[in-house]
Amino acid sequence: MTFEPGDRVRVVPSEKPGHVRTPGYVKGKAGWVESLIGAFPSPEDRAYGLSGLPERPLYKVGFRQTDLWKDYRGPAEDCLYADIYEHWLEPERGTT
Amino acid sequence: MSDHPHEETGSGRTTSPYAARIRAIEALLLEKGVLTEPEVQDSISYMEARSPANGAKLVARAWVNPEFKELLLSDGKVAASELGMAPEHPAEFIVVDNTPEVHNLIVCTLCSCYPRAILGRPPDWYKSFEYRSRAVREPRTVMREFGFEPPEGAEVVVHDSTADVRYMVLPMRPPDTEDLSEKELAELVTRDSLVGVNVPRSPSRTSPG
Repeated sequence: MTFEPGDRVRVVPSEKPGHVRTPGYVKGKAGWVESLIGAFPSPEDRAYGLSGLPERPLYKVGFRQTDLWKDYRGPAEDCLYADIYEHWLEPERGTT
Repeated sequence: MSDHPHEETGSGRTTSPYAARIRAIEALLLEKGVLTEPEVQDSISYMEARSPANGAKLVARAWVNPEFKELLLSDGKVAASELGMAPEHPAEFIVVDNTPEVHNLIVCTLCSCYPRAILGRPPDWYKSFEYRSRAVREPRTVMREFGFEPPEGAEVVVHDSTADVRYMVLPMRPPDTEDLSEKELAELVTRDSLVGVNVPRSPSRTSPG
């Protein structure tokens, strides 16, 4: 699965144990792919002394703050970007 | 144990349990030959050679040179190398641009990712659980607590450094600075403004913002 800038995506709500680089507050949340940052050895494997290969695509993913926090008090335009590895993303389906 | 001038606290002494633990680990690593004392000293020197002054230089150059600004925003590592910095750290270095429409804020909710290869060690508050948890969900309140009111009408954009990118903010040039030299401009750029919790000093003020 490869994503393009502008694609709507959802962060996989996985409870994968151990060292992960996807913060809990974005799990299950929908946003958009802002850009492809590059490909890197997976830090989730490197944390355990493995090579992390093959390299995984890393995307800058944008979220509306009001989608992340239902009590967000700032303007609706405020947003947040997190850097998310491809295996944590799926195409957005259904409603938020 | 030995003195460690690199570990600064308000009292000048480091007495926290974390500090005691890291000293014990350091002693064990040295004793078992995993690390050598010169390696520890090299690592300390590496961090001490880097400071927010590097970020201030990059920002001031970008303010006076539009071509450099373009380079800084498109390839932060190359721009840093041009000014003699060596961002050899493997992570990407991305600089985000503050404009009248967008104010950026940097955080690392998972740990304390920070462009250390450029700016050195992050401030303690950046590593605090409080900053890490609140910057993502109430960024405007956090900025106000740093004495900065986010501009009316500007979108606040938070960058959570969750993976292999280290971020720095390129703040806007303060007004009434047309007559300042690049060096004088750099003196206005505070560490806090490079993280986005505040903006640079204005030339009329002399105390750190």
